[in-house]
Amino acid sequence: MVEVVDLETLVTRIEDGTSIALPPDYSGCAMSAVRLLIERGVTDLRVITVPQGGLQVDLLIGAGCVSVLESAAVTLGEHGLAPRFTDAMRTGSIHMRESTCPAIHAGLQAAEKGLPFMPLRGIIGSDLVRYRPDWIVQDNPFADDDPIVLLPAIRPDVALFHAPLADTDGNVWVGIRRELMTMAHAAETTLVTVEEVISDSLLADERTAAGVIPSMYIHGISVVEKGAWPVGLWGCYAADHDNLQDYVRRAITMEGFNEYLSVYVHGSAAASTP
Amino acid sequence: MSYRIEELLIVTIADLLRERSHVAVGAASPIPGAGALLARERSPALRVSVLGSEQHNTFTEGGRELFDCAAQGRIDAFFLGGAQIDGGANINLVGIGDYPAQSVRFPGSFGSAYLYFLVPNVILFSLAHSQRNLVSKVDFVSAPGTSEERIYRPGGPRVLLTSRCLFDFDQSLPGFRLRSVHPGETIETVTHNTGFEFDIAGDVDVTRIPTDGELDLIRGSIGAAIGETYPTFARTVLGIRC
Repeated sequence: MVEVVDLETLVTRIEDGTSIALPPDYSGCAMSAVRLLIERGVTDLRVITVPQGGLQVDLLIGAGCVSVLESAAVTLGEHGLAPRFTDAMRTGSIHMRESTCPAIHAGLQAAEKGLPFMPLRGIIGSDLVRYRPDWIVQDNPFADDDPIVLLPAIRPDVALFHAPLADTDGNVWVGIRRELMTMAHAAETTLVTVEEVISDSLLADERTAAGVIPSMYIHGISVVEKGAWPVGLWGCYAADHDNLQDYVRRAITMEGFNEYLSVYVHGSAAASTP
Repeated sequence: MSYRIEELLIVTIADLLRERSHVAVGAASPIPGAGALLARERSPALRVSVLGSEQHNTFTEGGRELFDCAAQGRIDAFFLGGAQIDGGANINLVGIGDYPAQSVRFPGSFGSAYLYFLVPNVILFSLAHSQRNLVSKVDFVSAPGTSEERIYRPGGPRVLLTSRCLFDFDQSLPGFRLRSVHPGETIETVTHNTGFEFDIAGDVDVTRIPTDGELDLIRGSIGAAIGETYPTFARTVLGIRC
């Protein structure tokens, strides 16, 4: 039985030093939870983006919550470069584990299979191999002279995301956003915020069951309406492009970033986000 | 009808996709996305997968399906760009200067280090074309243009399309060969603005300009379709209300 708890209780499960897997902006981001984490002043997070990061990653980096980042890219999409990530790379304030999208998916898949590593095509000759000493190029044992990259499993302490729906048994519906399923399988603890909890079991009907993460992978749920704001949630609401534009404009400087935090994270607007 | 450079590029991309059966469009690629949708308008059998789109994307297995699909040979065209591209078709999506504390940092390599090896027809695309981005040697190799023979590599670069011209990539050189210049450009302007050496085809063409019918489509249904994923692009470049 998964407990439905308030958001404050949920985020206390994320301690300083946690390795945490986070989805991209288009796949269900627990933004309210991230804002609360920032307000709590969590530090030393080791963030894994699945496979790329957006606003929540830039916010956490800017607020000084992140020590290590494993990512294929950090971007705010059409709104532009992620300013705090860009700045952190220039100043060296975070340790970057440079990756590529399929390597992150493959590392998580190794973890969900309980395997120590996963082989992956491509990548050989990329500078990524130079800067990832944990990636090994080895011969395919089933062929002659066929080098292939081996990637260690990625087993995050926590996976955190936002989804439209859960049921009172603690099953969470993610539809075709299967990267969320992979994250939940791979992580030790999965914490989810949802728009709504219903009493009918999501597993009762096979048509919804196909897109459901069973409760055995879920360790905490909070109900947060518009919990992905200001990014969008598929099938529910679009991104708040004005807010994202405002963020990009302000966060170019640290002063502007702090202003954004004071309004949307620490300020009165934080409690009443739409 | 007068046209914008973006519209010429959309049409050129659609022409380049003529023989293809499944084209995927990755992150931050509004022009390739619109070009792929225009190509599908002409040949409805073409499968188009636009990442980040809910309507023009049939993947149901999450973010990894694109990559699994590519490794199986189920995708035959993809687009890659680069903050820097060099004459060996090496691409850099990471940053300018010495890694890691680079003077300019870009988002990152995305799936390039993998898809460049596995998709047979990679179209390199860059809206910029100057000695700043088309360089003799990239500062960071997100993905190499060519590999030793022993490396498994069914994929790689076929062309480089920029705001000035279209190059073919010749694996045997290896290097680029100028195929056509866009209206208003010449071999000289292209040479002057390119930081790497390249071959010149015996008969360099002028890139075909969009027809009125194509422009109507781009400013109509194609623009609206790409606006689902790239609303700012559709609004500011194609004049779509969305």
